[in-house]
Amino acid sequence: MNVLALFDRLRSPQRHRLILLIPLAVFILLLPLLFSSAYYYRVAALVFIFAIAALGLNLLMGFAGQVSLGHAGFMGIGAYAVTIGPTHLGIPPLFSFLLGAALSAVVAFLVGRPILRLKEHYLAVATLGFGVLVAIVFTNEAGWTGGPDGMTVPGLTLMDWSIRGAGAWYWIAAISFLLGAALALNLADSPTGRALRAIHDSEIAARVLGVDVAKKKLIVFVVSAVYASIAGSYFGLINGYITPDVSGFLRSIELVAMVVLGGMGSVIGSLVGAAVLVILPQALTVFHDYEHIVLGLIVMSVMIFLRRGIVPSLAAALGERRAK
Amino acid sequence: MIVLSAEGLSVAFGGVRAADNVSFDVEPGIVFSIIGPNGAGKTTLFNVISGLCPPDDGRVWFYGENVTALAPEQLARRGLSRTFQNLQIFSHLTVIENVMVGRHRHEATGIIADLLHLPAVARQNRRTREAAAEALARVGLADLAQRPASGLAYGNLKRLEIARALASEPKVLLLDEPAAGCNPVERREIENIIRGIVGNGITVVLVEHDMRLVMNVSNRIHVLANGRTLAEGTAADVRSNLAVIEAYLGVHRTQETAGAVG
Repeated sequence: MNVLALFDRLRSPQRHRLILLIPLAVFILLLPLLFSSAYYYRVAALVFIFAIAALGLNLLMGFAGQVSLGHAGFMGIGAYAVTIGPTHLGIPPLFSFLLGAALSAVVAFLVGRPILRLKEHYLAVATLGFGVLVAIVFTNEAGWTGGPDGMTVPGLTLMDWSIRGAGAWYWIAAISFLLGAALALNLADSPTGRALRAIHDSEIAARVLGVDVAKKKLIVFVVSAVYASIAGSYFGLINGYITPDVSGFLRSIELVAMVVLGGMGSVIGSLVGAAVLVILPQALTVFHDYEHIVLGLIVMSVMIFLRRGIVPSLAAALGERRAK
Repeated sequence: MIVLSAEGLSVAFGGVRAADNVSFDVEPGIVFSIIGPNGAGKTTLFNVISGLCPPDDGRVWFYGENVTALAPEQLARRGLSRTFQNLQIFSHLTVIENVMVGRHRHEATGIIADLLHLPAVARQNRRTREAAAEALARVGLADLAQRPASGLAYGNLKRLEIARALASEPKVLLLDEPAAGCNPVERREIENIIRGIVGNGITVVLVEHDMRLVMNVSNRIHVLANGRTLAEGTAADVRSNLAVIEAYLGVHRTQETAGAVG
């Protein structure tokens, strides 16, 4: 049995979602046994937070084959929602979090309608423009956002339980990713999911079979925006401080890199991609001034030698070895 | 009763008139073939009828409704389906998943239900899978259902496209060169498949270069040359029509008449 192939189900969904979800849940449960300090919890929480955003973007890119270079814009909306809501509007943090997700969905719907008509490079540039625009708004509306200096994110309180500490955020982020993965796997094996994957291969054939391509693209764009918004809210809350960089261009590129590096259309790939791009910079600090060069070389090497992304490439290689 | 009708269709690409005032009526339950030399405008006509290419002039009628301005997905929902000459397979999907996409217009679950995998989605998936398996069996691909579509041989891909179109339960099916690139055995299979489709009450509009296939299965044949209508009639009418013979073979009639004329 090729275990990695089972971990790579998004492109070839089966009924057995649990084959992926149960090991993932066990992994999440056991991982803290390796943690010797709060720092590990924090890094792992960040990995899962970015994995949520990457997974959402993977639905758009890996499923429907549509690129977005502006998804950090939705992270920014989520992050500023949990900041501005309680600070300026007196809205409770949890409610602000939900409002942020809803606002991201509405913005994605309004922005997506015109720009999802565009294809490939044109869509990439249009989404890029959207991300830059969001970052500019957060930078310029200093009265609300604190401008380029950013602002403090109020803590999240559930009932009387004040959520603080890396440990709590590890569990919130990891379980959220697990739920996000379950939803993504459900989508893969559903009428909408099949239609999206069909669009990826041939829009013309999908249309001729009755698939409303524009509508399906819009739906997945909205869903992926909600994933990014939730990740952005968590990111603001765990850091306790937020600047417009959360929605910046580099963030968007980072999300795309996570998707491609981990593997387009792979749930676990999103987690692996996020892990590589969150952990490596931390691990590479031993290279001091050269850490960015080393990071770039590693990413380039991965794409040269595992060109379908880490998880799908390893799954395929393992499958071949078994077959011999 | 006319199921599909073209009324004065004209399309030009730059200076080339791909279709020039083409009109025809298709009666229900027949095989209606459109033939003509390469570049006669057959595929263009298919693209116009299926909503992929708006005509410069003229109208398309589907069951008495003017569908000229409709998008392909709207036509699909009214019961028009088609295959493609240059295959349009969903290569990352399995064979059966390809056909399951063909069921899309019969699927009625929303995005929230799909994300949560509500029982309605599970039931829908089961129904879709059963109908898709049935369509695959009709073209003889049942054994390959779980294979990745990208690994299929060319002739099987042709049949997969037909199964996918059939799964949508069309009233009218446009087949764009289903026998192109097929060997004689595969061609006979395609012929049987077409007979089976018509036997199930589906009207077939066929574009095909293989004259033996066309002459065998067609109830009516519409001949195009350089975007214009040359003739229309039964196989016998067309075979004896001098203008057609000239367009295909030049003035001298040869033994190739019965063979595959490309």
